[in-house]
Amino acid sequence: MDGVTLRDANVSRQRANPRKLLRKVGFWASVVVIVSPAVLVFLWMLSLSLKNELDNSTYPPVFIPSPPTLANYVQVFADNSMGLYFLNSLIVSGAATLIALLVGIPAGYGIARLSAHKTTVLILIARMTPALSYLIPLFAVFQFLGLNNTRTALVISHLVITVPIVTYVLIGYFESLPRELEEAAQIDGASVWTAFRYVAVPLARPGITVACILAFIFSWNNFVFAAVLGSRTTRTLPAAVYNVLTFEQLAWGPLAAAAIVVTVPVLLLTIFIQKEIVAGLTAGGVKA
Amino acid sequence: MPHAPPRFLARRRRHTRLLTVPAMVVIGAVILFPWVFTLWMSAFDWKIGTVAHFIGLDNYVKLATNQRFIESIVHTFYFTALATLAPLALGTAAALIFHREFPARGFLRSVFTMPMMATPVAIALVWTMMFHPQQGVLNYLLSLVGISPQLWVYSPTLVIPSLVLVEVWHWTPLVMLIVLGGLASLPTEPFESARMDGGTEWQIFRYITLPLVAPFLVVAAVIRTIDALKAFDTIYVISSGGPGTASETINLYLYLQAFAFYNIGNASAVVVVFFVLILAMAMLLLYVRQRAKWTA
Repeated sequence: MDGVTLRDANVSRQRANPRKLLRKVGFWASVVVIVSPAVLVFLWMLSLSLKNELDNSTYPPVFIPSPPTLANYVQVFADNSMGLYFLNSLIVSGAATLIALLVGIPAGYGIARLSAHKTTVLILIARMTPALSYLIPLFAVFQFLGLNNTRTALVISHLVITVPIVTYVLIGYFESLPRELEEAAQIDGASVWTAFRYVAVPLARPGITVACILAFIFSWNNFVFAAVLGSRTTRTLPAAVYNVLTFEQLAWGPLAAAAIVVTVPVLLLTIFIQKEIVAGLTAGGVKA
Repeated sequence: MPHAPPRFLARRRRHTRLLTVPAMVVIGAVILFPWVFTLWMSAFDWKIGTVAHFIGLDNYVKLATNQRFIESIVHTFYFTALATLAPLALGTAAALIFHREFPARGFLRSVFTMPMMATPVAIALVWTMMFHPQQGVLNYLLSLVGISPQLWVYSPTLVIPSLVLVEVWHWTPLVMLIVLGGLASLPTEPFESARMDGGTEWQIFRYITLPLVAPFLVVAAVIRTIDALKAFDTIYVISSGGPGTASETINLYLYLQAFAFYNIGNASAVVVVFFVLILAMAMLLLYVRQRAKWTA
């Protein structure tokens, strides 16, 4: 009996082998199908940015630049003062993120420890509201205060994005931290501030890093605030890159180079927070 | 601390509340004030540079009969439905793939999720070039498989599906990550017993995996719906609502009213309607989520 079943098993294993191979090929084919659109679009972007205008306008398209040229990058930095816009972006996103951390870390802690769920819901709703809808009142007020076209106006408008995301991420993080350590410190006579500053904040450092990077990325990616509230000298990179499109119709090389200049810093930052990204992104929709 | 004196606790709560004050001031200034201001402005007939007239609900009454606005709502819903369902289906399929063990999985997953964080304007520019009817790479790829060239975003009927294609490319990774998180949290017993009972892959997916990850799919659907309703950057850069008004969504209509025509009163009314719409969708979907939990 035993011998028979063993042989049967062997036969069926031999028969299964080609089918197993076919399954493996099928599986890897589906991996390729799923991953390739992401790869190809970025590679195409890179290819466009490294080709001369002649190669970019031929049909059928040339895929591999020969020889690759950096002329497009030189051109966007020279003609479109991409360097200035890069700096503007750094200043606006940096300042908006810094302010958000200053007010958002204590608020996240406070809301978590008070279990203020209504405030949490308010912050969620703030995240869900389209950025565009804040723009009209902000525009009107900045007009009144004479702040339009200044970097200050841009920093203030970007707080709409950074403050809710930082606060929301940190509410979640502080809620996950045990209260015992802070309570022990308070029994030893520490004030609420001391317990927060010297016990809770050091423990929350990983959460603060994630909140900081997410806020910076969302602020960096924002287009519409700078498009409306910025000027030729104060606008941030996304708005500047859009202007490359409108002023130089079909100058594909410089366009792609500009697009790469905006995107690369974000992709680099993303690497640091691979795992935590979902938690941050699912906070009431993604776009600000 | 069950025996802590109540006074001590009350003082601690008061001091903890103080920590939230700076953030509440900022949120009050840049978030709550704009909400109230918008609601107030929507009751006025006001163009920038002119004197505002109080007209009550007239802006809303006018919107209700504004053909262009109503069409923009239709475009928004069409876009949102496609841009929610397609990433949901593809993201779930991708999650099932990435849930398995295979070489270089972590690296490939990182590559797959790259589009998600990329700057929307930059992505929109690249797709604008890819959609180009004469020199675009998409028509070239179609020609390789024998399909005639398309007009993409220059065609009134294809423009919304084309914009959805960009959205799918951009946001399928997020759905994948949410569903993948769901799959990782599932118990293993039902799968083991189903396999022992000889269930096929499809049966296991249909009767075990799908009901168990349903709550995660609903979360993904809520997030996708809200994000798709809000989509602006890519549409503005790629088609600007055109050709004609074929891809003009609520957001695009709103932007034009406010910053091309400076019709602040009318635009504010659009914002209010839009806001109510987004909240209603969020609540509807959260309600469905509760029910999904019941059945799952």
